[in-house]
Amino acid sequence: MRVPKIGRRIRRAGLLVALAALLAACGNENGQNSLDPKGPYAQKIDNLFIPILILAIVIGIAVLSATVFFALKFRHREGGPDNPKQIHGSTPLEIGWTIVPALILAVVAVPTIATIFDLAKKPTGPNVLQVTVSGKQWWWQFELPKQPMVDKKVVTSTELHIPINTKVYLSEVSDNVIHSFWVPELNGKKDVVPGRTNHNTIEADKPGTFLGACAEFCGLSHADMRFRVIAETKVDWQKWLAGQQQGPAQDWSGHIKELTATKYACTNCHILNDSTKVNYGPNLTHLHSRTTFAGGTYEINRKNLTNWVMNAPAMIAMASKDCRLPPPATCVGMPSFTKNTPKGQPVMTKEDADTIVTYLLGEK
Amino acid sequence: MTAVPEVITPPSPHRVDLLRRPKASRGFWSWFTTVDHKKIGVLYGATALVFFLIAGSEALLIRLQLAGPNGTVLTASQYNTLFTMHGTTMIFLVGMPLPVALGNYFIPLMIGARDVAFPRLNMFGYWVFLFGGLFIYSGFVLGGAPNGGWFGYTPLTSTPMSQGFLPGHGPDFWTVGLVMLGVGSVTSAINFIVTILNMRAPGMTLMRMPVFVWMMLVTAFLTAFAIPCVTAALIMVFFDRNYGTNFFQAASGGDPLLYQHLFWLFGHPEVYILILPGMGIVSEILPTFARKPLFGYAVIVFSGIAIGFLGWGVWAHHMFATGLGPVAVSAFSLATMLIAIPTGVKIFNWLGTVWGGSLRLKTPMLFALGFIAMFTIGGLSGVTHSIVPADTQQTDTYYVVAHFHYVLFGGLIFAIFGGFYYWWPKIFGRMLNERMGKLNFWMLLIGFNLTFFPMHILGLEGQPRRTYTYASGMGWDNLNLLVSIGSFVIAFGVLVFIVNIIFSTLRGEKATADPWDARTLEWSTPTPVPEYNFAEIPQVQARDDFWHRKYTEDAEGRLVRLPSGGSDSGTMGAVATLEVDEGSGGHGDTPGENGDGHGDGHGIHMPSPSYYPFVMTLGLPILGYAAVFKNPWLAIPGVLILVFGMYAWAIEPGTAEDES
Repeated sequence: MRVPKIGRRIRRAGLLVALAALLAACGNENGQNSLDPKGPYAQKIDNLFIPILILAIVIGIAVLSATVFFALKFRHREGGPDNPKQIHGSTPLEIGWTIVPALILAVVAVPTIATIFDLAKKPTGPNVLQVTVSGKQWWWQFELPKQPMVDKKVVTSTELHIPINTKVYLSEVSDNVIHSFWVPELNGKKDVVPGRTNHNTIEADKPGTFLGACAEFCGLSHADMRFRVIAETKVDWQKWLAGQQQGPAQDWSGHIKELTATKYACTNCHILNDSTKVNYGPNLTHLHSRTTFAGGTYEINRKNLTNWVMNAPAMIAMASKDCRLPPPATCVGMPSFTKNTPKGQPVMTKEDADTIVTYLLGEK
Repeated sequence: MTAVPEVITPPSPHRVDLLRRPKASRGFWSWFTTVDHKKIGVLYGATALVFFLIAGSEALLIRLQLAGPNGTVLTASQYNTLFTMHGTTMIFLVGMPLPVALGNYFIPLMIGARDVAFPRLNMFGYWVFLFGGLFIYSGFVLGGAPNGGWFGYTPLTSTPMSQGFLPGHGPDFWTVGLVMLGVGSVTSAINFIVTILNMRAPGMTLMRMPVFVWMMLVTAFLTAFAIPCVTAALIMVFFDRNYGTNFFQAASGGDPLLYQHLFWLFGHPEVYILILPGMGIVSEILPTFARKPLFGYAVIVFSGIAIGFLGWGVWAHHMFATGLGPVAVSAFSLATMLIAIPTGVKIFNWLGTVWGGSLRLKTPMLFALGFIAMFTIGGLSGVTHSIVPADTQQTDTYYVVAHFHYVLFGGLIFAIFGGFYYWWPKIFGRMLNERMGKLNFWMLLIGFNLTFFPMHILGLEGQPRRTYTYASGMGWDNLNLLVSIGSFVIAFGVLVFIVNIIFSTLRGEKATADPWDARTLEWSTPTPVPEYNFAEIPQVQARDDFWHRKYTEDAEGRLVRLPSGGSDSGTMGAVATLEVDEGSGGHGDTPGENGDGHGDGHGIHMPSPSYYPFVMTLGLPILGYAAVFKNPWLAIPGVLILVFGMYAWAIEPGTAEDES
């Protein structure tokens, strides 16, 4: 079929718009762009997806321009002929446009299945870092268990440091609801399902900060459940690891212990002096070695931390009204220490908040 | 006239008028008791349109919140409620009932029947739909609207309220309300199946049925089999949440993924429940306005059936990121690719229908062409989901939101609007205005693409869905603003439609019986359609029977108008040979000069109005509230009303005894 001028024009314009949009999208360096892969796993997905996407765009534009072109070419004009040929179908054509898409899909299926199995392979060898990822409401906990690359266990949250050119094998668990761990520039997402341990592998080629987000709706503040993966050279990473493996940077005793362990009972959920332990809330040892907190949504600084310890639900929506009470009160998130104070519990003073924040900022 | 077979009068049962049998077929109260499939169709349509406006407004609020980063229009909690209710409403209270509205009105007319198989069950289905919808929405004022997503994943929804995962009664209203709606959907599906299989006019063989009827048949089968899956899942969620059962709670050995399998075993056929009627509508509009028969009728029908079957084998492509393992994932990937083939065939056949036609680019045709274009985009992005590794990047991002809106809005809703413009004159006797119709189309098309096309890019650039806010500096701001602007263009397009309805009702051009020079039997009836549809059950000679009464083909296969165009002459000649089949067509009633039935004196016995479907349905929301609030005392009146309605209905004869 000869493609007339208008058809060609529509087709060319459509192709240009689509490709311009695609190029612009690939160029967005926001750290969370699936079209901007920064490691072999994400790259394999991209290598598979982009040719198929272009094929889909071409087919799409062909069908769209055919629709527009047919609509214009065959429209009835006043006084024009009005006795179209009554075509009831065409078996060869119909068989043809059944078989051709089937063949295209068969061609697409081969690399798809191959990549599925390739990406699912469990990495082996000494150069593999094991990390246990826990999805919480609404933050991420990362545990680096003792292994050849890690001589002493480390627990941290919100920011995961990894060495470059190293496969990081994630074991994903949840003790609450379903989450989904996703760092688009390092790999596709894998859901974190209670009762199961799902696995995924990430790897970065170069040092950099890669943003991640929870991708499965997990309740009230799902949108605020972000995190980052910081890829470093092996040397820098080992330095980071050694820092995390030390005891608390400051002496946790006396007044600060009285405030956090007794008066406000922060230790019901948090740990402040041991980076190897887990509790209900994030482990706060070495908090200030991180740059963000609260699901990666706030920068760590005095103002943000002060507001947070006094009234966290004002910064991120929480279902934590009775969270300062002992069980069976169940709660989701950090309670306010200035509002909705349960009977018999102290309201946090600005002075106490300042003391606690000063301690936290000292936890490098 | 034809010979009048003996009128069989059922043996007169003992009179049991618990409530005095309603008689009115006009007036306000007749809408509560009617069993006329046309009135019920109008009720379905009007109710679903109101829900469409509500769900659309919810979407506008969502887009206001997301117009810029760190939006403050809505709180996280309000946002979660709105996206849950937007999805739930659009799927269950708009997308499913709108095709049922058109099906109710037109299936009997298209197959030459006088009513549906179960007129009172039909009415029951409508009331359940209305009350189910109102029940879910009553959560807004009665302790929590649904807020766990339209998909309601466990254990978020199934964990007891005391644990605070989802505050309020939201998931309870959601589970109980959807179970209720499911009852309505299944009854209407069974009604359609029996109607289509048993009540076709003589000569209306399966392969002569209009494609819309075919697609509604496939849809009805899908509905009847898919709804039970989700009903089971919802009841399990309700019991986990309220009575400590352990289907989905991992801590005590349950499996959260079991829910997803059950839900998507419903949820994917559901996609086809929504889109197949749209494909049917388009398959009616295209030939009419191209003045050509549908290209490859049989292939279109069989692709629809193939989609209906294959639709059961692809559910886990909603779960590619859940950790099913490479073997299962590969199988579902291939099945998903496979289902693209019959879908593609349909698109090519529609283009074949347009090719070489003499196109009337009226509003219904514009929507049908828009459907082909938009649905193609949705179909192609759907194929990219079958590329599992790519899907692990795309799922739960705005890319998916873009994809299914191209299928459900660009597909179903465009088809529905086309269907509205196409069939409006037959239903209401007045044309919708063409100029407003074209404005409506272009505003929707432009607004739709402004809204949903950029979402593809946003998703690929990493924006997750179901998030009430996003950070600035992600490079998403401009596109999100564009999306929000687009959503208001859509809203303007819908507003034009509303104005068009009002204008048409007040001073629209009066419609003739066959304003589009169309092809199928519904256009052979007078406008407005009489209560009994056909004074005489038509004798069907061919596919597009009505068209062949008006047109024939010359030696070259070109269209030629029959000299006596528009008359019934084509049919009359055949009556003598087919009259034996007469009885299988309608309700065994025939028009006769000595008919003594009720109503307008047309002498045709039609099913009589009844209170009981309404009465019986009244019991359901009461039982629903009893379940949500765990109040056994409330269950007593609920059960009593339900049982009373059921029994009274069972012993009430379908057609009232004559008063004489």
